Amino acid sequence: MAHSGISVLFEGTNFTRLMGGLWTSVWIAVVSLVIGLLIGTIFGLLRTMRSRIIRFILLLYLEFFRIVPTVVLLFLVYYILPRQFDINLPATWMAVLAFSLWVAAEFSDIVRGALESVPQHQRESGLALGLNQWQLFRYVLLSQAIQLELPATINLATRVIKTTSLLLMISVMDVINVGQQIIEANNQTHPTGIFWVYGLIFILYFIVDYPLSLWSKHLTAKAERK
Amino acid sequence: MKKINWKKIIAGALTVAGAVALLAGSSYVKPTTASAASNSSSVSAIKKRGTLRVAVFGDLPPYGWVNKDGKRVGYDVELARQMAKDLGVKPKFIQVNANNRVDTLNSNKADIVLANFTVTPERKKVVDFAKPYMKVSVGVVSPKKKAITKVSQLKGKKVIVTKGTTAENYFTSKQPGVQLLKFDSKTQQFNALKNNRAAALADDNSYLYAWVKKNPKYTVGIKSIGPKQYISPAVKKGNKSLLDWSNKEITKLTKKGFFTQDYNSQLKPYFGSEVKPGDIVLDK
Repeated sequence: MAHSGISVLFEGTNFTRLMGGLWTSVWIAVVSLVIGLLIGTIFGLLRTMRSRIIRFILLLYLEFFRIVPTVVLLFLVYYILPRQFDINLPATWMAVLAFSLWVAAEFSDIVRGALESVPQHQRESGLALGLNQWQLFRYVLLSQAIQLELPATINLATRVIKTTSLLLMISVMDVINVGQQIIEANNQTHPTGIFWVYGLIFILYFIVDYPLSLWSKHLTAKAERK
Repeated sequence: MKKINWKKIIAGALTVAGAVALLAGSSYVKPTTASAASNSSSVSAIKKRGTLRVAVFGDLPPYGWVNKDGKRVGYDVELARQMAKDLGVKPKFIQVNANNRVDTLNSNKADIVLANFTVTPERKKVVDFAKPYMKVSVGVVSPKKKAITKVSQLKGKKVIVTKGTTAENYFTSKQPGVQLLKFDSKTQQFNALKNNRAAALADDNSYLYAWVKKNPKYTVGIKSIGPKQYISPAVKKGNKSLLDWSNKEITKLTKKGFFTQDYNSQLKPYFGSEVKPGDIVLDK
């Protein structure tokens, strides 16, 4: 064979297109994380409250999103929402919706766990100082909880980024989808192109995810040293 | 401790039940036909919107794929562009795969599917097919030296097929005198033929045309056996407005010789000169 197939990556606009696909994946992950973490914080806080009804509803919400596979969630928002309720947004926003709800559910549990593990005496000291509920949450609980929940949150972020590979199921032009287009378009001339394209996608995901993973490890180690 | 566990179990069960109900409900409760009043894919709605949303393949050369400049091309895609042009609107492509062609229509993601959609009785129940713009059927490829040109030559000989294809179906039900050698993938079946494991290989003729172009020692001796299958545009069930328009459009384009032109620009480079446009394109 005259060429090894790696040239498939650099023909025409192939490389730019793959990068564009990666950008779509990262963009959806980041927006979903921002929205999901905000909602998740509120839900997590609500889950530490006394009201049984609120706790029960939020527990249902959490379990629903934890049990249902992400790909089913994507299908639900992409195909069922438009069909039943006439909500028809572009696929990328549908993806953001599904991912945000999922992140919110997962994160609410992380927040709840972190808040509950702040020692009781901290809470009591705060109340003794005359802080109201909001001040107590803002200055005593949240600042301590954040440190506790950070490694788990980063872990969640890496999972969200990885899960964007499912987006091709709902016709989002993510990096995998673009990769498949390139593989099939060049199958005749570059039979080994599949190896190079998926190889590059592997490296791309690694570059995005590995620093996060390192950071999480670093934080955990730091917390243990304390 | 025990109390909490019970609560969780009940909550979990309820969640699952809820999820199942939601899924089941949403697929059966509401019929998914396009009513005349709120048809977002009618011809007038498309013209008003200014875009024709077409579901196409993105990874099936030479029918619907993306070339190295990032442009969508292919036999189906060219038809899509022409249809949009004749409607006076811009085409907008929604990439689909074989499994979600029906859902894309039902959930109003696309107005029309032009993705190598073969007309079958099962599919007719869930979508409306317009007039066909292409035909395919089973072909048989064999070495040029021992070319098989008639089905009768295959009696008692081995024929390679891929599992689950129309070719397997046809030979199993209609040609019991032929021994079948079944494989899981296209790559395997073609390798088997090269290794002389059988007298011939049967598959959709369009694949075979493309393959013999790269393997000139072989020939598609039988270009078409069994029932012809047709490829048609599909619209959402009940979308009469767009269905009628598409039928007229296909008739018009066929008369104009558009499909022969489309064949020459998109399919010919893949199929080579052994195939004539008449093998794929429908007669006027």
